[in-house]
Amino acid sequence: MTTTKEIIDRCEKLYEDMDFTAARAWKEAAPGRHVIGYMPIYVPREIIHAAGMLPLGILGGGDQLEVIHGDAYYQSYICRIPRSTIELAVSGKLDFTDGMLFPSICDVIRNLSGMWQLMMSDKYARYFDVPQNYQDDVGGVYYTQELHELKEDLEKISGRKITNEDLRKSIAVYNENRRLIKDLYELRRKAPWKVPTTEVYLLLRAGMVLPVEEHSQMLKDYIEAASTEDRPLRDNCRVVIQGMFCEQPPLNLIKSIELAGCYIVGDDFMMVTRWLTDDVPLDGDPLENLSQAFLHHSENVSAKYVDREEDKGIYLVDLVKKNGGEGVIFTSPSFCDPALLDRPLLQDVLKAHGVPYIAFKYAENSGQMQPIREQAGTFADSIKLWSEQ
Amino acid sequence: MTAPTPTAAKPTVQKDRSMAMQKAMVDGNYARLARAEAERRKVAYTFVPGNINELLMCFDLVVNYPEINAIQNGMRKKSGRYIMEAEKAGHSEDVCTYVKADIGMMLKGNIGPNDERLPNPDVLMLSYTGCFTFMKWFELLRHHYKCETAMLHVPYEGGSGFSKNSRDYVVKQLKETVIPTLERVSGVKFDIDRLREYLKESQKAEENWVWVLESAKHKPSPIDSYFGAIYYISPIFTAFRGTPTATEYYAELRREVEQRIANGQGPITPEGEMKNEKYRLVVEGPPNYTSFRDFWKMFYDEGAVIVASSYAKVGGTYDFGFRHDPDHPLESVAEYCLNCYTNHNLPERVRMLETYVNEYQADGLLINSIKSCNSFAAGQLMMMKEVQKRTGKPGAFIETDLVDPRYFSPANVKNRLESYFQMIDQKRRATAA
Ligand code: SF4
Ligand code: SF4
Repeated sequence: MTTTKEIIDRCEKLYEDMDFTAARAWKEAAPGRHVIGYMPIYVPREIIHAAGMLPLGILGGGDQLEVIHGDAYYQSYICRIPRSTIELAVSGKLDFTDGMLFPSICDVIRNLSGMWQLMMSDKYARYFDVPQNYQDDVGGVYYTQELHELKEDLEKISGRKITNEDLRKSIAVYNENRRLIKDLYELRRKAPWKVPTTEVYLLLRAGMVLPVEEHSQMLKDYIEAASTEDRPLRDNCRVVIQGMFCEQPPLNLIKSIELAGCYIVGDDFMMVTRWLTDDVPLDGDPLENLSQAFLHHSENVSAKYVDREEDKGIYLVDLVKKNGGEGVIFTSPSFCDPALLDRPLLQDVLKAHGVPYIAFKYAENSGQMQPIREQAGTFADSIKLWSEQ
Repeated sequence: MTAPTPTAAKPTVQKDRSMAMQKAMVDGNYARLARAEAERRKVAYTFVPGNINELLMCFDLVVNYPEINAIQNGMRKKSGRYIMEAEKAGHSEDVCTYVKADIGMMLKGNIGPNDERLPNPDVLMLSYTGCFTFMKWFELLRHHYKCETAMLHVPYEGGSGFSKNSRDYVVKQLKETVIPTLERVSGVKFDIDRLREYLKESQKAEENWVWVLESAKHKPSPIDSYFGAIYYISPIFTAFRGTPTATEYYAELRREVEQRIANGQGPITPEGEMKNEKYRLVVEGPPNYTSFRDFWKMFYDEGAVIVASSYAKVGGTYDFGFRHDPDHPLESVAEYCLNCYTNHNLPERVRMLETYVNEYQADGLLINSIKSCNSFAAGQLMMMKEVQKRTGKPGAFIETDLVDPRYFSPANVKNRLESYFQMIDQKRRATAA
């Protein structure tokens, strides 16, 4: 049996590899293969997969990529992820991709879609909008049509039709992947000392660059190994972290929070891997099913409109309760409008439910972790004191 | 983002009739808002870009535009305090300052720019067009007022032009969620013929407005299409589009501009008439409001006139052909929303600016990048380079904020502008040689 260490070592290599060697190798392994990049938060990867293509998550350059050109494209008061993504493009690291999807998450990524069109006019780039109206005959009809258009675009690139059968198979494969991620999170909920969040994060990151089937196998192996391995239980508090759905935190930030005495039992990492909360049905019209899942069985993050005031932020309270969380750490990228505008609203809801919280900001290339470690440590101590009273 | 309604820029040398009309309209709306509760009128708050003013009027709603309040408070030097107030209450220093100026004002009792208390909203008409912040802004207000919200999601034009799917989606939302909500809140039944009547008025105003905008193709330009346009756009971008008063205003404005052309006059500025048009510029991005008059003066002093700006299009890109259409009322309301400037993708925005530089015979493109406005600002450096490349005219980049006085540095802006004008001079000499 593979050990968690072996698996995580592999994930770490994939995480550090800014040349996307694994995805390149996949593409080169057979003629006619295509790779479609996508940015956070959500795209229906099932359709890309059904086209026989590799969906490749592009999440910026983290703290490993030196941004040389990217800064010339952005003013200092804009978050980091678009500039490092541009850096990846202009330095040729994405030259093997055949297209890029820019989901509707905020104005920065929205505008980046246009920059891409200007910079790489020979490549496919689509702004992928999702409805903010969740009625079947309004937002549903709109979204199903958007899915059809995406499917047709991909057919043009691959030169072959995507059948309903192709789509169903892909949905099944992603259903399995989502179930495994749920299992992983469930294991972390039950025994967070066996499943450090740094490892959960790296496992999810691997899912951004590997074919889904391979990623699912990796998750199975990890869950099996983690369940049996012994790891020491510490006197840590249990926290939920929020705000990292787009620009990625440096790995050290997650490590620092854990080292400060926190078990992270809830997060909003790479929501694309678990945006849809239930299995997508396999019978019936597959695109309709994907649309329905989006409307009625999808997660909440700050980029999504909440229709009723009484529902605002409840997802976070539920996430805390379900996972036995004792507090929330808001940690968002600097200049991130979706996360930072939403934060006061979420904090009010937490306050009303008696959930303590703290907040700080980061950039994907932040190096100095000492202040964060201190803040998280003080927070952990105060939670412990509070619960002992 | 937005539009405008500045009444605060102090003594103008010459007061045209249109100016008095504009001021009366703006004051009138504030007065209506102040009376709304006493008169038991229902109040809607909404945004400028993609606003559905004609539809709101069908329900006898009094309409408040929080962006306009932010601008007015900016011009009256109140926004800085409100922004700090919001930051004290936990709002991040990184986010849009319009939101914070509004929230700060709300926290301080919602006393409007005219020093009277603004009524609470009965409905927040969330026209989600061209800016992500709108969505959060009204979620924040809803959290405070606990009132109804009607969401109108206008998809972004990610490709070239909008798709039929997008238009149908907007129309359906109007029919199935927006209109029923407004009927419920107002107690007024929707009458599509009433909407048609308003749209007819809009169309008339839009015709004259485009004429005024295009008058800047004359040399010298009789108008300033950025600073001056701030006053001109106020009726058509806000609570007056669709009213006979707005129609009258644009007819009057057109007459005045015709007269100025006939007299060979330049634009009227707070410092007096622009006598010697030395530079013709296209501007991208909103202006700074906290030092609006000083900012304008920097251009006046150099003889620089803005002949076209994208900001004057945030409430509608009429000069590219759009008109409200009474024969297709809801469809045309939807198309209007889809067509707002910030709802266009970057290649489209670049094309528009390129067209302006060429058609208005401008010396170049100046970008005023707003620190807290991602919708406008993300990608502007690339836009500048593209427009430079395509037109062969030099571009320049300055950075300020709309309503946060902390981010307006007069010395920096002035220096930048001076070097830009020198660059234009050099370019002219090189071309002449
Ligand atoms: S980090 Fe935030 S502001 Fe930046 S692109 Fe992502 S969602 Fe937008
Ligand atoms: S981000 Fe820009 S467009 Fe949006 S509300 Fe703020 S100033 Fe207006």
